[in-house]
Amino acid sequence: MSLELLSILDKDGKAHKGTDPNLPAAELQKLYRLMVATRALDDRGLALQRQGRIGFYLQSTGQEASHLGAAYALKDSDWLFPAYRQPGILLLREVPLHMVVSEWFGNSGDTSKGRQMPVHYSFRQANFVSISSPIGTQLTQAAGAGMAARMRGDDTVFMTFCGDGGTSSNDFHTGLNFAAVYKAPVVFVCENNGYAISVPSGKQTASESMAIKAEAYGMPGVRVDGNDILAVYRVCKEAVDRARKGEGPTLVETVTHRMASHSSSDDAARYRDAKDYEAWKKKDPIARFQLYLKHKKLWNEAFEQECVEGAKAAIQAAVTTAEALPNPNVDSLFDDVFMNLTPQLKEQRQELRDLVAKGGVGADVGAFPL
Amino acid sequence: MTATETKTGAATPGTKVMTLLEAITDAMRTEMRNDDRVCVFGEDVGKKGGVFGATMGLQDEFGEKRCFDTPLSECGIIGAGIGMAVYGMRPIAEIQFLDFIYPAFDQIVSEAAKMRYRSGGEYTCPMVIRSPYGGGIRGGHYHSQSSEAYFCHTPGLKVVIPSTPADAKGLLIASIRDEDPVMFLEPKRIYRHGKGEVPTGEHVVPLGKARVAREGSDVTVLCYGSMVPMCEQAADEAMQLGNRSVEVIDLRTLVPLDEQTVLASVKKTGRCVIVYEAPKTCGYGAELAALIAEKCIEYLEGPVVRVAGFDTPFPYTLEPLYMPDVKRVVAGIEKTFVW
Repeated sequence: MSLELLSILDKDGKAHKGTDPNLPAAELQKLYRLMVATRALDDRGLALQRQGRIGFYLQSTGQEASHLGAAYALKDSDWLFPAYRQPGILLLREVPLHMVVSEWFGNSGDTSKGRQMPVHYSFRQANFVSISSPIGTQLTQAAGAGMAARMRGDDTVFMTFCGDGGTSSNDFHTGLNFAAVYKAPVVFVCENNGYAISVPSGKQTASESMAIKAEAYGMPGVRVDGNDILAVYRVCKEAVDRARKGEGPTLVETVTHRMASHSSSDDAARYRDAKDYEAWKKKDPIARFQLYLKHKKLWNEAFEQECVEGAKAAIQAAVTTAEALPNPNVDSLFDDVFMNLTPQLKEQRQELRDLVAKGGVGADVGAFPL
Repeated sequence: MTATETKTGAATPGTKVMTLLEAITDAMRTEMRNDDRVCVFGEDVGKKGGVFGATMGLQDEFGEKRCFDTPLSECGIIGAGIGMAVYGMRPIAEIQFLDFIYPAFDQIVSEAAKMRYRSGGEYTCPMVIRSPYGGGIRGGHYHSQSSEAYFCHTPGLKVVIPSTPADAKGLLIASIRDEDPVMFLEPKRIYRHGKGEVPTGEHVVPLGKARVAREGSDVTVLCYGSMVPMCEQAADEAMQLGNRSVEVIDLRTLVPLDEQTVLASVKKTGRCVIVYEAPKTCGYGAELAALIAEKCIEYLEGPVVRVAGFDTPFPYTLEPLYMPDVKRVVAGIEKTFVW
């Protein structure tokens, strides 16, 4: 039994008539603008890391259609339990850019108060749950949140992401199993981008696909062209609708490719198959969607200019704002371990305050090794 | 016989005589009646009412939505619980034995404990993880461990261990109402050990306050969980044998620790024995010994002595030799006088 790979756009950007979701012109342009802005954001993030201005960065280049198409299928009141490679969702949900960039700097404008490495966002205003680095843990949490929503009679849908490597984690099994047993309103999106750092997806599983694993859990599994935003949207919209109707979870595998290295600390040239990479380059999700818009007369050079320059200017303004912000204050190190400080934390805070007051402690805060 | 126990079984008004186990059920029932966000789940907690019976009757009263069985997955019980807590529920997750909690370690340590901190306070995880722990029931390796130190070593987790029925209820209610994740470890050896008077209805024992189980003036014994009633017996023994007046402190919460009560007692007596059933090395007693060395070494009139489990896996046949008992505690007390 094999699962078909669903596409709507062909390589020339022509849409399959029967499956084109026929989104309104303004929405199509909005999606294009978001894809372009996401790539610009990633480019800028990596550049800032290379310049030594931030400590780390991790790009989603090549996966813009995959995560934007998926999250676009949600209502704003729906929740996300993201992995670490879906930055476009922050733009989709209109998180102010300076807040996104402040997270990279880990400064006083960062919602998580400089406590995590760059790209581990938390934005309650966007129902975007705090990201952690351990792989897959969010999948089970999304199942639990879905169970809670059902208990309370809410119609919230939960979308959670993992990569191909994530399918090997304990929580992939656990999360899918729990969600299916309790018919939790969850959409599991596995972005199969070819690699878990350096390990190719073929070494993660002997299954012929990730989506087929859904069968064993008793939920639908769908394989979709992850570089085709219309196809990803369509598949995820069906999954979201099913979840909202109380029909349970779905596993969506978006077949895509990580065009960048794993992170700023990695060099994919050491392990990547060059031919494979060139082939995927030709399937660039932004270029394909651009052709589609062109056929519909929704794209021209002026629009492109506006999208690219608009994104760059907005990001530049955000970087300028964020970079000027001070570090989180010394006391904040001890906040939020618990709601209230324990006597031990108060004592340790005082110890650090005294050291800082004497001078010489904390001079290196904010400097990152290249 | 602890202070809360009665000889006749007749309760004073406003209280009911029950076991520690019954007090735990009573706490959950009370809070489930109080707050519809509270739900309890785990393996066999529904129809069966838990392998020890801690959730007996809860599914009957509150339905399957609020008291339910889960698939056999500790990682799932905790991971799903975190999702529920983040979404606004007050989950109580039961892990059948603390020995089985390790598949959930990642979810507890990397997720529940860090949710508030890593999100800058945007997301929180008000969840209680209940689990029977410790030896004394002939459970061998996998039904006897006392692994509280792992959790005490993780910032963001509170660790609570009751030793009397009244405390079990009051501390569990405080844990359920707490805004942060709490490891509520239940000393299963004394689940049905002795009955005690437990206030009916509302009863809250605040976290972070130790209890002076018995006053004394010569030596302080610090302990928690099932070691408390045993240490009280040892105190009697030490009085009879050597005329030692022993102060027994029941820590009740390991995190946050009530340093004030601990230090005040050690300063008063000048001697300290720390009793815990976990393996000796890097156990919670090591933290207490270090604390005493840091903050009141000048008051000490003898060495701080640890009476603990041995650094072996938990045994089966030789369990009685492994577990700290009255004899070893009395010997430990004597060591603080003669060394």
